[in-house]
Amino acid sequence: MVIRLMPSSGVPIYLQIVEQIRHSIEIGALVEGDQLPAIRTLAEELVVSPNTVVKAYDELEREGLIRLRHGAGAYVKNSNLGKSQVRRLREASVVVKETVRKLRSMGLSDDEIRRLFEAELIEEVVMR
Amino acid sequence: MKAVIETRDLTKRFGHNYALAGLTMTVPRGQIVGFLGRNGAGKTTTIKILLDVIRRTSGEVALLGEPTGSVAVRRRIGFLSEDKRLYPYMTVREVIAFTRPFFPTWRVETETRLLADFELPLNRKVSALSKGMRTKVGLLLNLCRHAELLILDEPSEGLDPVMGEQMLQCLVQQAADGTTIFFSSHQVAEVEQIADYIIAVEKGRVILEGSLDHLRHKFRRVNLVFDDPPEPEAFRRHGVDQVIVQGRTVSILANGNVEEIAALGRIHAAKSVEVQPVGLKELFLEKVREEHANS
Repeated sequence: MVIRLMPSSGVPIYLQIVEQIRHSIEIGALVEGDQLPAIRTLAEELVVSPNTVVKAYDELEREGLIRLRHGAGAYVKNSNLGKSQVRRLREASVVVKETVRKLRSMGLSDDEIRRLFEAELIEEVVMR
Repeated sequence: MKAVIETRDLTKRFGHNYALAGLTMTVPRGQIVGFLGRNGAGKTTTIKILLDVIRRTSGEVALLGEPTGSVAVRRRIGFLSEDKRLYPYMTVREVIAFTRPFFPTWRVETETRLLADFELPLNRKVSALSKGMRTKVGLLLNLCRHAELLILDEPSEGLDPVMGEQMLQCLVQQAADGTTIFFSSHQVAEVEQIADYIIAVEKGRVILEGSLDHLRHKFRRVNLVFDDPPEPEAFRRHGVDQVIVQGRTVSILANGNVEEIAALGRIHAAKSVEVQPVGLKELFLEKVREEHANS
């Protein structure tokens, strides 16, 4: 699992950690039973506040992706992602590929496409 | 007691100038708190008052729930000053051996670990150390104490990027052990990286205070594009901090109420509505601008 943070993006750092760990589980980089780094270890490695890591792990536990065992660390749970999620993601990537191809053929640059996707996603988050 | 530092309407006058002009802040316990401001904004003056090095002109201060200057409180606080002054005639080994017995909470294992991490020349005189080395010695002396509250004035000043990161890592370790960290800085990037809570000052006043995650959730930039943009007054709504019109684009900094603002754009027939997160740098610069516009 590799976590890369962008502290100046304006997106809360704990959410960036949550998203990247969730992604690692989705793509199978982390599987059931894997142990996540201790709070202190991950905070030191990423050079972020330990409170930020606590918040991220709490959120992942709330989403049912990990299990926190007091004093014994955090473990990836038998998630409901599993195979169906992998299939869903594979299907989604076909849709994305097709959409991107269509947009390119309309003369949009990659940068424009990226901005459109990001704007759409952020708006979704705000409107929710 | 949740707050480790509390000030109310703190002022400090030097001659005709107010270095502090009514500074009110609350530093929460158990967090990493960034005290952000430009040079001359009043950071060092505030810290000197907290440590009872200089006297306030008026206002109230409490440190760990006690008035400043109490010896009992002083014992529970670590402090790294901006100039990192130490005993220049002692060697690194001597200054550590001299400091250790003063503090019953001193941890030898921290000392051993940091000596190895920092690669300090034990037999060199403090006066012959570079600024970066002096910072490391000062940090070591404070970190080994495991104080309840650690106050640092511009700790990254004069450090190269590698040392700067190492210093931040030390603060993270210390926070993991339960110490509240209060550090001043004029560098937005490092504050944004490790702080849980920020207090930003300008002209001796607090211009922005709160949990960094809360601020990141709260503030948004809404960019609207029109064929024929309405007057900026059309966007004077609750939550709107700033409206900039540039050609067809109206850019709004919002501290909430984003849905209504975006909807307002659509009512005025915006061709494009984009909502973006706002980084601390943008927010800080905007608050500094507002402070100058208002005074």
